[in-house]
Amino acid sequence: MEYLGNIFIMAISAILIQNFILARFLGLCPFLGVSTKMDSAFGMGMAVIFVMTLASSLTYLINVYLLIPNDIQYLSTIAFILAIAALVQFVEMVIKKNAPALYKSLGIYLPLITTNCAVLGVALLNFIDKWPNGKSYNFLDSTLNGFFSGIGFTFVLLLMAGIRERYEFIETPKSMRGFPIALVTAGCMALAFMGFAGLKL
Amino acid sequence: MFSLIILPALIIGGLGLLFGIGLAYSANKFQVEVDPRVEMIIEVLPGANCGACGMPGCSGYADAIVHAHAPVDKCAPGGSEVAKKIAGIMGTEAGEMTKKVAFIHCSSGGCNNTNLHYKYEGVGTCVSAISYADGPNLCRWGCVFQNDCLRACPFGAISLDENGMRIIDPELCTACGKCVKACPRYLIELIPYENHDVHIVCSSHDKGPEAKRVCGSGKPCIGCGLCVKNCPVNAIRLENNLAIIDYNVCTNCGKCATVCPTKCIIDSRGVQPSA
Repeated sequence: MEYLGNIFIMAISAILIQNFILARFLGLCPFLGVSTKMDSAFGMGMAVIFVMTLASSLTYLINVYLLIPNDIQYLSTIAFILAIAALVQFVEMVIKKNAPALYKSLGIYLPLITTNCAVLGVALLNFIDKWPNGKSYNFLDSTLNGFFSGIGFTFVLLLMAGIRERYEFIETPKSMRGFPIALVTAGCMALAFMGFAGLKL
Repeated sequence: MFSLIILPALIIGGLGLLFGIGLAYSANKFQVEVDPRVEMIIEVLPGANCGACGMPGCSGYADAIVHAHAPVDKCAPGGSEVAKKIAGIMGTEAGEMTKKVAFIHCSSGGCNNTNLHYKYEGVGTCVSAISYADGPNLCRWGCVFQNDCLRACPFGAISLDENGMRIIDPELCTACGKCVKACPRYLIELIPYENHDVHIVCSSHDKGPEAKRVCGSGKPCIGCGLCVKNCPVNAIRLENNLAIIDYNVCTNCGKCATVCPTKCIIDSRGVQPSA
C-alpha cells in the first residue's frame, strides 16, 4: 500500500511539480512546434508517452547491466542516445507492419521523438532522481517514471494547443502574431506551474 | 589502458553494431511491400493536395486507386489528361471528364450592396460575420463579402473586381471544391463549364416581396415561376421560392434569362446585360 502511495507521489511530481516542459524546460521544440492543432498535439503526446515508457525501461537495463559493471557511466549519454534512436526506429517498423492504423496516427511523430531531449532527459534523470527515503529507482520505478513524465508532457502540450487554437479567433497585434505570442504564453504557463513547486507531498 | 579506453570503445561500438544488425534484420523482417504503382500515380497527380477526390491528399488518392479500386477520374485539377495517365498505369480505361467550374449563386457581395442592417468590423471571415445577428446584410441567404472562398482557393482563381465582387476565373478554376466547402452560406456550386452560360445569381428562399426588399443587388429570385413555365425542356424547378437550373437537362437556350422579371437569371453570352 505504501508503494501505491509512492507511485501516486511520483505521478503528481512528474506531471505537475517537475513537469518536463514547464519546470525542467526540456522538449521545448515539439512543445512550440506541434502545439498549433489539438489533433496533432494529441498524436504527438501519445507517441511521446509510448517512447518515454519504452526508453526508460531499455536504458535502465543498459545502464545497470552494461555501464555500471564496467564503470563507464560517463558514457551513459551517448549510449542512451544510441539506444533510444534504435528503439524508435524499431518500434516504427513494428507498428508500420502490424498496426497500420496506429502508424498513420503516430508514425509521422515518431522520427521527431528520436532526438527529443525530454526522452533522453527522462532516461538520464531516472538515475539521478531518488525516492524521498533516498532509495534510487528500480526497473519498475523507472518505467513508471517514464510513463508519468510522458503524461505530463502530453498534458502541457494539450493545454498549449487549446490556448493556441483560441488565438486564431482574436485580433493579435501584428508584431505579436504567431510565435511571439506563443512564447509569451509559454512563459506565463511556466509561471503558473511554478505554483505547483510549493506542493508538499 | 585496456579498461580505460579499449573496453569502453568496444562496449559502445558493440552496442552500436548490435543495434545496427538488429535494425537491419528487422527492416528485412518487417518490410512493408509498397506497390510501385502508388509511387507512379503520385508522380502523375498534380500534388496540390486539394481533396477534390474526397481522399486525404494526393498520396491518399493514389493509395485508394491501387488498393481500394477507386475510380481514376476523380482528380478535378488534373482533368482528363491526368485520368488518362493514371488509367495507363492501372491498365484501365478512363471515361471523358466534363470540366466544371465553381459559380457563386449570389450577386450582392460587393461594395455596391448598401442594403445592410449594420456595418461589420469584426474578424475578417464569413463564418464569423454570419455569427453576429445573421450577418451584416439584410438578406440572410446572401454573400457577406468577407472572402472566405477567395482565401480557400489554392489556385488563385478567385479575385475581386473594382466593385468588390468575387470573380471566378474559369481558366484557373480546377473545380476542387474548396470554396464550395468554405462558403458558410452554401452559395457556390460546381457547374459544367462548356455550353452552359445561363445561371441564376441568387440563393434566396425568401418570398417575393421580402426577397426584393432585402436584396443588395436588386436582382433577387422572387420565386415567380416564369422561368419554369417558359423553359422548353423543363430544366428549371422551383424549390421554396427559388428557381434552380438542372444543368444535366439545360440546353443553354437562354429563354429563361429573357423572361426573368428581376434579371436574376444571367446569360454570359450577353443576350441581356450581364451582372
